[in-house]
Amino acid sequence: MVNGTFITLKPQANNPFSRAALVAAPWLAILVLWYAVRASGLVNPALVPAPHAVFAKFIELSQDRLAMDVWMSTQRVFVGVSLGVLVAVPVGFAIGWYRGVRSFADPLINFFRALPPIALIPLVIVYFGIGEVAKTVILFYASFFAGVIVMVEGIGQISPIYVRVARTLGANDAEIFSKVILPLTVPHILTAVRVALGVAWATLVASELIAAQQGLGALIQNASSFFQLDIIYVGIICIGFIALAMDLTLRAATRRLVAWQDRIS
Amino acid sequence: MTEARVRIRFENVGIDFPTAAGPMRVVDGVSLDVRQGEFVSIIGPSGCGKTTLMNVVGGFVKPSRGQVLLDGKSVESPGPDRGVIFQEYGVFPWLTVRGNIEFGLRLAANRRHAKQRSEIAARYMALMGLADFAEHFPKHLSGGMRQRLALARAYAVQPEFLLMDEPFGALDAQTRTAMQNLLLQVLAAEGKTVLLITHSVDEAIYLSSRIVVVTARPARVRTVIDVPFGYPRDESVHEDPRFAALRAQVRALVMEEYEAQARQARPTQRSVRAVVD
Repeated sequence: MVNGTFITLKPQANNPFSRAALVAAPWLAILVLWYAVRASGLVNPALVPAPHAVFAKFIELSQDRLAMDVWMSTQRVFVGVSLGVLVAVPVGFAIGWYRGVRSFADPLINFFRALPPIALIPLVIVYFGIGEVAKTVILFYASFFAGVIVMVEGIGQISPIYVRVARTLGANDAEIFSKVILPLTVPHILTAVRVALGVAWATLVASELIAAQQGLGALIQNASSFFQLDIIYVGIICIGFIALAMDLTLRAATRRLVAWQDRIS
Repeated sequence: MTEARVRIRFENVGIDFPTAAGPMRVVDGVSLDVRQGEFVSIIGPSGCGKTTLMNVVGGFVKPSRGQVLLDGKSVESPGPDRGVIFQEYGVFPWLTVRGNIEFGLRLAANRRHAKQRSEIAARYMALMGLADFAEHFPKHLSGGMRQRLALARAYAVQPEFLLMDEPFGALDAQTRTAMQNLLLQVLAAEGKTVLLITHSVDEAIYLSSRIVVVTARPARVRTVIDVPFGYPRDESVHEDPRFAALRAQVRALVMEEYEAQARQARPTQRSVRAVVD
């Protein structure tokens, strides 16, 4: 490279134009592939709606029920993840920090974590019906166990040296907690939210597929009853993009909140 | 001249660590007085228990036998009267350089108001050459700078004692020398009673007023050697013929202990050698 520029080991696009091109390239590739599959004749075109048809359907639905579906789904995820992480943070902290708690809580957590939330949906319907409460319960369950594992692992990695140093500077127990452990916990909380969000989305759609009037899962389920493949595609693409948007937002927040960290994922 | 008063007194200190094979004697029968303003280095083979000895003074480890007295009072817990510098720095990564130095001054034990805090931080940043990095996070600092930051943070709460556990062990040779010089300067400006754990003979001689050679595990006091150089001192003491003589003397003692430790660790080899001899 030229003078004054570091030679980077990983190739990087430096000007904004080529960066945008890099970001757009894989999406364009998917579009091309999509058209190619239709054009190849390998698949019955009736089973694969064209991208432009799906886009037209998206515009049509946007003026109809789509906004409400998106709102219902995101709102459910938001409530479920908030409650789940809110409980997972102190519980995960207790398990990660106190070895005594860990020895009995670890097997318990791993038992419940292994159960896919979707498998619990029938039970949840029996106990909580098919209303909003049932969906919140399932999402809470999913985000809680996803979050708690991340917290336990993260807290376990906190080096005891910082606590010792703080003690030698005169910190009491409350100060150790609020001024040392809490700041070190923040990155793990953010990771817990990210993981919980991912799991919650997957679980939400499944729970909406089974019993819901509104929401992206319900949209897909209704469409499948009438073999409206274009609507199913719209629903799937919306789910993907909302999850992507949430993840990007959270990553931006992470960069701001934990600028001190060596590496930011 | 009357002798300065005793600040740290080790009284027949013994420490056992529990192991699967029963208690292991790590420190045994250590008695030692450290007086006001002294710089005492403890030197011995690595893994001999000298860090444990410092941890007792720091309040992190309770001795199994005997006690350590600070100004006549038995050490019960860590406290801001003893600044501790660890080999792994322990600078807080989530705080800036300024935040690290001010950390202790925001605690109930030694709280200062904002104006005093920033004055104290400014003073130690200047003293340790960190002023240009006040708002940087430690991830941007080199090893030497992190160690200076740890020293600044410890100094900020005005401890009476400085306990240093192989503080410069992880630094390259040049940075290490620079840190030793800086430490001597800082001590000349603001004297402390210092206890240094090291395995470097040169470092011990260059910095201390007394050197305590401890034995292979369990750590016992083998010899206490007075260093004939006064303070302030600079790198020219390295050329003093007494330095070379002292180095030869201390090194011989330390090497004997290293060999003793090697024999402990490999009893089979020892018996092989006995046969050969």
